[in-house]
Amino acid sequence: MSGSRLDPWVDSYAQRARGMTASEIRALFSVASRPEVVSLAGGMPYVQALPLEELAETAARLVRERGAQVLQYGSGQGDVTLRGQILDVMSDVGISAHPDDIVVTTGSQMALDLVTRVFCDPGDVVFVEAPSYVGALGVFRAYECAIVHVPMDDEGLVPDALSEAIARARAAGEKPKMIYTIPSFHNPAGVTQGPARRARVLEVAKRENILLLEDDPYGLLGFDGAPPRAIRADDDQQVIYLGSFSKTIASGLRVGWAVAPHGVREKLVLAAESAVLCPSNYAQLTVSEYLATQPWREQVKVFREVYRERRDALLDSLEQLMPEGTTWTKPAGGFYSWVTLPEGLDSKAMLPRAIAALVAYVPGTGFYVDGQGRESLRLSYCYPEPERIREGVRRLAGVIEGELEIAATFGTGRVLRDAEGPESPAPNLL
Amino acid sequence: MQVMVLAGGLSAERDVSLRSGRRVAEAVRAARPDWEVHERDVDAGLLAALADNSPDCVVPLLHGAAGEDGAVRDVLECLDLPYVGSRPNACRLSFDKAVAKTLVRRAGVATPEWVALPHATFRELGAPAVMAALERGLGFPLVVKPTRGGSALGVSVVQAPQELPAAMVGAFAYGDVALLERFLDGTEVAVGVIETADGAVALPAVEIVPDGGLYDYSARYTAGTTQFYVPARLDDTVAEAAAAAALSVHRTLGLRDWSRSDLIIDADGKALFLEVNVAPGMTETSLVPQALAAAGIDMGAQMATLVDRATARV
Repeated sequence: MSGSRLDPWVDSYAQRARGMTASEIRALFSVASRPEVVSLAGGMPYVQALPLEELAETAARLVRERGAQVLQYGSGQGDVTLRGQILDVMSDVGISAHPDDIVVTTGSQMALDLVTRVFCDPGDVVFVEAPSYVGALGVFRAYECAIVHVPMDDEGLVPDALSEAIARARAAGEKPKMIYTIPSFHNPAGVTQGPARRARVLEVAKRENILLLEDDPYGLLGFDGAPPRAIRADDDQQVIYLGSFSKTIASGLRVGWAVAPHGVREKLVLAAESAVLCPSNYAQLTVSEYLATQPWREQVKVFREVYRERRDALLDSLEQLMPEGTTWTKPAGGFYSWVTLPEGLDSKAMLPRAIAALVAYVPGTGFYVDGQGRESLRLSYCYPEPERIREGVRRLAGVIEGELEIAATFGTGRVLRDAEGPESPAPNLL
Repeated sequence: MQVMVLAGGLSAERDVSLRSGRRVAEAVRAARPDWEVHERDVDAGLLAALADNSPDCVVPLLHGAAGEDGAVRDVLECLDLPYVGSRPNACRLSFDKAVAKTLVRRAGVATPEWVALPHATFRELGAPAVMAALERGLGFPLVVKPTRGGSALGVSVVQAPQELPAAMVGAFAYGDVALLERFLDGTEVAVGVIETADGAVALPAVEIVPDGGLYDYSARYTAGTTQFYVPARLDDTVAEAAAAAALSVHRTLGLRDWSRSDLIIDADGKALFLEVNVAPGMTETSLVPQALAAAGIDMGAQMATLVDRATARV
């Protein structure tokens, strides 16, 4: 007698679908979307701060006046006017390029996918920071790359450690392909590479002749002084630069881009056409109109102030409330602070208690592929109001105190069995 | 007829509950196209919504605390709203696994040996000493789980003493009291019970064979990772014993309309009670829908019949 598996395709899935399982952690995040919960988990930009009336008018005008264009297929490389405007946006981080160097994508997440698709065969090595952006890890995993985490310090990726990791991979007969880095206001670590550090990271990439993939969604959202100069500004051959309007305009529009040397760019365009034919014309032209008609740099300043106030609320309350032995990074921009728990605690094991106490965070393990990160967690300050952030930190402090007590009782804060499946919230969850 | 399906809530099983609720609402709509069926989360706006637009019947499909511990049903009773399922006190007795096991054993249904202990006991008496006593009293392997809660959240199978502290931490992550139960190697089955005009009847037993051995959260809700046999591969006499055990649990705990008992069949064919659910999961991979299908019963029609029963009680 044969039973049922409730899925007739179970034996047909590709190997790479193996990790795609129901997730206990995801289930907990579904509670985090309730208003009672202070969610310091998801990275949703605070789009309420946008001039929504003007955006509505822009969208309506586009359809009314240019409907035959905005509702039609567009170029696989993206709208040429928008590509020109992107040059202006990137001038703020020191990049000069030509509109033809740019490929517009459905969020920079798609650019990550295309670059990996074009460069990586299964088993090729991608070097990522420890910790690294969960969405990038997902892409590298999907293309069956070997992912190697490289340590960071207060200034981000450590160049010597990167060199050593590359040497180790080569010695093991592996094929290094890419270095993936978020130099400004890192997700999740909240740290930023200074100019000297960037130069050294670039130097390693050049010396080893490995492509440097620079992901820069938060570059314009620094709280102090001018935006950090992009690595791509100093090298247009070694670096592929990924940019995004998700944080400077609106994440729901899904408009990002890649800047790549021309040979790479040709392949990215063909890969984009096979993936989505073309990015949404409607979304691209909405962005283009917004950039052309609205004081977008002023709006970025508004966002900076919103996030600065929230960052301050987070850091102040962490300072006042966190139990001894807890440490955290102090971001100078972006959305995140990386918290390290007192010794012996496990952020993944602690999450159910946090959710029960109506506060949510992302366990550190989600930002690694190798089981590291138990002692850490990511807090996002981008979405909740400052008062809610303070309340969330107060709740979290209580949870950590309780967890310390349990760990003291049993001599461990670890659990016997790890929850499987994705460890970060779905993009539409707070 | 206006029917409100309650799903969601704030428990760790919110996501499962939302899926159960959607599925049941869809099925009832298909079975009774003339009914208005709404899904509703349990939140601060619920009572105002009930006051504004009182449904003829509520179907609570909340999993975990508040939904299965009887609290929300208490409120429905105060409002004189008919609802499908067990009454609050029966829910309370069922939701706490240690209480349910005590009552069920008294009624003559076997259940694995157990101890239920709060975190405070370990703290006050010293965890090593308590764990040594547990080793002596229950032995290994053991199953450690929160006394309250479902979907196998916080559940571990402990093979050796050195694994016990981490298993306790896992269980206490989901509640303040942990149940430690002797592990029995046997056939895991779930038996649904549905009340009909002729009394309570047991549905065909669903046998559960998870690929990884443990029917944990991932195995429960990832289609393809668990093999199910409906009816379970049991001798007729054993299947009858399992059905009788589930019916006895249903009666003993004073349950109403429907329930699902999780049992383990040991090497001698004896059915042992593990736990009972007063709001069984109704997702695509859940057990009661499979049992209904095996019995040739349409899920929507069956739930609609339970709604009819609930409204007729008034």
